[in-house]
Amino acid sequence: MSDEYDNNKSYQAQSSEVMDGSTGSVNPDIDYVRPAEVGEQDLYHGHSFIEKWVFCQDAKVIGVQYFLTAVFTGIVGLILSWLMRLQLGFPELAGFMTAEHYYQFVTMHGMIMVVYFLTALFLGGFGNYLIPLMVGARDMVFPYVNMLSFWMFFVAVAVLMASFFVPGGPTGAGWTLYPPQTILEGTPGSGTGILLMLISLSLFVIGFTMGGLNYMITILQARTRGMTLMRMPLTVWGIFTATVLAMLAFPALLVSAIMMTLDKVLQTSFFMPTILKAGEVLEYGGGSPILFQHLFWFFGHPEVYIVALPAFGIVSDLISVHARKNIFGYRMMVWAIVGIGGLSFFVWAHHMYVSGMNPWFGFFFATTTLIIAVPTAMKVYNWILTLWRGNIRINTVMLWCLGFIVTFVNGGITGIFLGNVSVDVPLSDTYFVIAHFHMVMGIAPLMVIMGAVYHWFPLVAGKMLHEGLGKWHFWITFLGAYSIYFPMHYLGFIGVPRRYFEMYDSPYMTSAVGMNEFISIAAFIVGAAQFILVFNIIKTLKTGKKAEQNPWKANSLEWYTSTVPPEHGNFGERLPVVHRWPYDFSVPGAKDDFIPQTTAPSEVIHTEVEKT
Amino acid sequence: MHAGIIFLLVIIGSVLFHIFTPWYWTDIASNWGGMDDTITLTFWVGGGVFVAVCLFMIYCVFRYSHKEDRRAEYKPEDKKLEKILTWATTLGVAALLAPGLIIWNQYVNVPKNAIEVDVMAWQWGWQYRLPGADGKLGTTQVRNIADNNPFGINPDDPFGRDDIMVESDVINLENNRPVKILLRSVDVLHNWYVPQFRAKMDAVPGTVTFYWFEPNKVGEYEVLCAEYCGVGHYAMRGGVEVQDKADYEVWLSEQETFEQLSARYEKLDVDGNKLAKK
Repeated sequence: MSDEYDNNKSYQAQSSEVMDGSTGSVNPDIDYVRPAEVGEQDLYHGHSFIEKWVFCQDAKVIGVQYFLTAVFTGIVGLILSWLMRLQLGFPELAGFMTAEHYYQFVTMHGMIMVVYFLTALFLGGFGNYLIPLMVGARDMVFPYVNMLSFWMFFVAVAVLMASFFVPGGPTGAGWTLYPPQTILEGTPGSGTGILLMLISLSLFVIGFTMGGLNYMITILQARTRGMTLMRMPLTVWGIFTATVLAMLAFPALLVSAIMMTLDKVLQTSFFMPTILKAGEVLEYGGGSPILFQHLFWFFGHPEVYIVALPAFGIVSDLISVHARKNIFGYRMMVWAIVGIGGLSFFVWAHHMYVSGMNPWFGFFFATTTLIIAVPTAMKVYNWILTLWRGNIRINTVMLWCLGFIVTFVNGGITGIFLGNVSVDVPLSDTYFVIAHFHMVMGIAPLMVIMGAVYHWFPLVAGKMLHEGLGKWHFWITFLGAYSIYFPMHYLGFIGVPRRYFEMYDSPYMTSAVGMNEFISIAAFIVGAAQFILVFNIIKTLKTGKKAEQNPWKANSLEWYTSTVPPEHGNFGERLPVVHRWPYDFSVPGAKDDFIPQTTAPSEVIHTEVEKT
Repeated sequence: MHAGIIFLLVIIGSVLFHIFTPWYWTDIASNWGGMDDTITLTFWVGGGVFVAVCLFMIYCVFRYSHKEDRRAEYKPEDKKLEKILTWATTLGVAALLAPGLIIWNQYVNVPKNAIEVDVMAWQWGWQYRLPGADGKLGTTQVRNIADNNPFGINPDDPFGRDDIMVESDVINLENNRPVKILLRSVDVLHNWYVPQFRAKMDAVPGTVTFYWFEPNKVGEYEVLCAEYCGVGHYAMRGGVEVQDKADYEVWLSEQETFEQLSARYEKLDVDGNKLAKK
């Protein structure tokens, strides 16, 4: 269907040019693939342990390094969420926790999960591992810069974690870091803590830019022969678009971090108006706190899609492979990803309807925000239409995908509440918001990450994760997470504000006590259930059954490497040549229910496969 | 099979939870019933889509679960179906957006007869100022704030002399009279929020923000700070007492004006000087 070749005539015209001898096909004309325009890249193979596993230039190792570091931060974020839930559900058991601690945990949990966990995991982790494999490249185009990218991220994480141990502790300004309170006394960690946060964010952006350049240029320039843009797996499309967004959005974060550092250290007044503290007028004047919010959300909203788009892409591929059916409406899916990415730069102020910005902005940003619901809904329809008339394997991977659909649609619908400016007024800054964004950009992407781990683990480790444990892991996580966040919306309806250390003295909030206890218990269980995966991985690495090559019978190139797990250089002697999209499943007339991307048209000439 | 059943139970449970939830809105006490109506509308449309999508997914799980001898359908695209879905979604979204924008238009256009209330916030408390007989609030500046001028009113501004100072975290409002809340902060962001009124807006230092509502139920309400403002955020409460006109007038007459307050402080100063001389 997509990206069709002109027609048979043009193939014949081209057939007098260089022929691809490697396919050894019956009818060479229809198998023609344009020759490569540039030679192959030289790779630097590591020789020592340090070069192979520490300062390694292989994107796959870098991907695993990113993954493990991000998971480490994620576990820290998880523990912080437990502590918060302990305070909210059972304050009598959390006597050791002061309001300062609570706000520090809230802040660090938010920042860690959004930036250091989800972003790093999807782009640094999955991006590094999958991009070269899926587009048929031997590695990223700038392997050395790629290595630096990870180590910059590593230093950023180290600086962030160091802030737990400085006097005053980490910043407790909320992950949005809204000035003026962020750098004033009255907010925990307004001394060293906030400085380390700002430095860490700046390092993260620098490191991420190095990686992001690699992802973009590898996808644009290093695809193998025949891998047209419209034959790329949606995983690659998602990661690619997210990277472009990140390259445009992160500078806004960097700029605001630098300005705030100057406000803090040199008493400049980018974001600081005249302020009266404890009877004294401070040495600030004329700055705009709302300017910071605009800059922050100019980064912050695309950031949501930096997390969501790779998840969209990955889940599309997982659903297609395990439903044994082509992804429905591939071109629509690609344009929806690109369209959502583009629109995501025009919706940022929907986080600021009640921020005190000019209220007339509300009309514009409500309209753009609700427009973005259309391509997003199309993606949802196409996922479920891919399931329709499929041949669905209900395995662990598919369960995570189904869980993703439920949580994502749920969180997407509540997004329509919050995006619709006047509906946002009563709900903003309440628990409804917390429930919404955890459902849509916490749990839903997490479902995809988990599905992806179960799906690609056989490729990365060469062994199959245990299915039974995987299903337990899924059901506890899905049911638990759903019962945390679904009822939480109703706390928001009552009007319970977010970021409250305690709140039971208000008459209409006492009814929330029981629910808070329930939510906390669910949170403890869901968190603990994640260690089932850790156990599963350790057990599988030790005693797991060896995976055959391409255990899921997928079509995309990562499963057609010379060895499993793939070695440095990925594809052995010859790079693969691509003849089709990765979604030729269950083609009528074909022997198997899948046709790999490398299969030449002449080999499936008797089937009803469509041109892609 | 089991998977489909569990997912089905989750969806049924969600609907039942919504119907029987004891946790829902506080009784509304202002004119913003339109916000509640839009939420209800969004619930019907959005909830309907959520249930429909999930039920379709569950149907697929039951109907098309893997069988070795069966093959999936091979149909990369269905342009007509995609077109229908796109337009249906666009229509649905527009139907939700329209009432949202209409109510927002009311929210940003304050009625002319609204009484202005200056809400001044700091870490961590509230105080209020009402216009005096001239119906206008005097201009203010953070640098003017002092013991004898708790609101930082410009002493040269004639409109400020008769302003009524409410140096308390509780403000009284007249029932059925629109109020324009003018928000001001002397330090960090705050947000003056009464759940029963539905409305809210951040107070931003360096500028004055506003919103309006019309209280329509006599009673006492709790004010919550709804924008994180540091470690005392959760404890930053205030109060509103909505009264009938007669009761409100009585309360109003008991409040001190800026002029009276200044005079009180001048007298204090004079007395203090006398004491010092003795």
